[in-house]
Amino acid sequence: MSSLTVLETGPLATIQDCGRAGQAALGVPASGACDRAAYSLANRLVGNPVGAAALEVTFGGLVVHADGDLVVAITGAPCTGVPLNAPATLRAGEVLRLGVPSTGLRTYVAVRGGIDVPPVLGSRSTDLLSGLGPAPLTAGRTLPVGSLVEPMPGVDLAPVAHPTGGEAVLRVTPGPRRDWFTDAGWASLVSQPYRVSSNSNRVGVRLDGEPLERARTGELASEGMARGAIQIPPSGTPVIFLADHPVTGGYPVIAYVTEADLDTCAQLRPGQPVRLISS
Amino acid sequence: MQILPSGDRALLVELDDLDEVLGYYAALTADPPADVVDVVPAARTVLVTTSGSLDVLARALRAVKATAGSQVAGDLIEIPVVYDGEDLDDVARLLGCSAAEVVARHTADEWTVAFCGFAPGFGYLTSSGTWDIPRRESPRTKVPAGAVALAGEFSGVYPRESPGGWQLIGRTPVRIFDSDRDPAALFHPGRRVRFVDAGRG
Repeated sequence: MSSLTVLETGPLATIQDCGRAGQAALGVPASGACDRAAYSLANRLVGNPVGAAALEVTFGGLVVHADGDLVVAITGAPCTGVPLNAPATLRAGEVLRLGVPSTGLRTYVAVRGGIDVPPVLGSRSTDLLSGLGPAPLTAGRTLPVGSLVEPMPGVDLAPVAHPTGGEAVLRVTPGPRRDWFTDAGWASLVSQPYRVSSNSNRVGVRLDGEPLERARTGELASEGMARGAIQIPPSGTPVIFLADHPVTGGYPVIAYVTEADLDTCAQLRPGQPVRLISS
Repeated sequence: MQILPSGDRALLVELDDLDEVLGYYAALTADPPADVVDVVPAARTVLVTTSGSLDVLARALRAVKATAGSQVAGDLIEIPVVYDGEDLDDVARLLGCSAAEVVARHTADEWTVAFCGFAPGFGYLTSSGTWDIPRRESPRTKVPAGAVALAGEFSGVYPRESPGGWQLIGRTPVRIFDSDRDPAALFHPGRRVRFVDAGRG
């Protein structure tokens, strides 16, 4: 069996797959790759079956050593120093070194055969909120590569746009607790310029901006939330739930980011301007 | 019953009370509509996520005939508890009774897992008894795994060490959540629970 050895991790690198859907009633979050399109593309480019585990690298910096001949594909945030959106061969003994991404936040590295760590509750995803799945990568760790593969797709390069480095626009639809906010509050949500807070992570993207006016106060009984929920805590500024969000939450959800724009959320960088528009 | 929007993949069913949630959840999961990915019951709501069409899901959700809450009978599990929690005396004071009476009431009630959340395997348990316990004014940064606690109308057991604001009345050696076990979570919605006084450990 082949393997990769981690030499450096950068700020955060984890193992991710499609996550743990179907167990939310037990309090188990879905987790899984944040940018699902980039993750899936990386797997397709190396002929991996759907759901194979890959590496999710936050803000570059990953350095890995190929312990045998490997085929890899790198997608998502374009890191300096590596080919993007194309299968590439890594010979035994070669070192793959991801620089800093020029735009976007999360880069995916798929290896033909998939990262073959033991699944936890049906998934190899690292869930940072719940502490389920493999621990985040650390230097010196050896990652086994599996052998379950499909034919190579015969694609040299997938033409995919890089994540935007400028203002990101996210379409939103009213959520279950839209009525907890005044019309002025809603208008403010879908017109004001937001910035991504440095406090963002795999649980959620936090936005800095003007607080929203509420129509009612008081406590909401905790209720289920799906990925893309825009929760408004007492501070009045939005939190967009990503892959590792808790299955329930107690703050009102004013809106949801449309499914098509969720991968954009996964690539937002701290400080980046964001506008929410009514879908 | 009201159906509220929750993005492109989910709908939130709002019900009158927890009993209705339990009955609705039981009926829904006994015969789940096609394409349903996840069902999350909570205190007043049930969130349903689908991989299919929201219109089809909405029709299916309106057609669910809720089982009456009291008729939901899940299996019963006994949880041994050493009642030596740090907040036991405070809880007794809040209820205007002795610590021994708190233990007697906690063990006499039959509890039902209404829903899970907060952490994998953390169940919100309700009983027919009247509990109304405020959370601690300042949450603990570390509650040990197995801590048995009260808050509001609920009782719960912390599945792993975590921060928490519930009032701690005891501890159990039972592993509430173990990802190497099948099923990993001991508590699932609808399951009945009885706490048993295990003495002073």
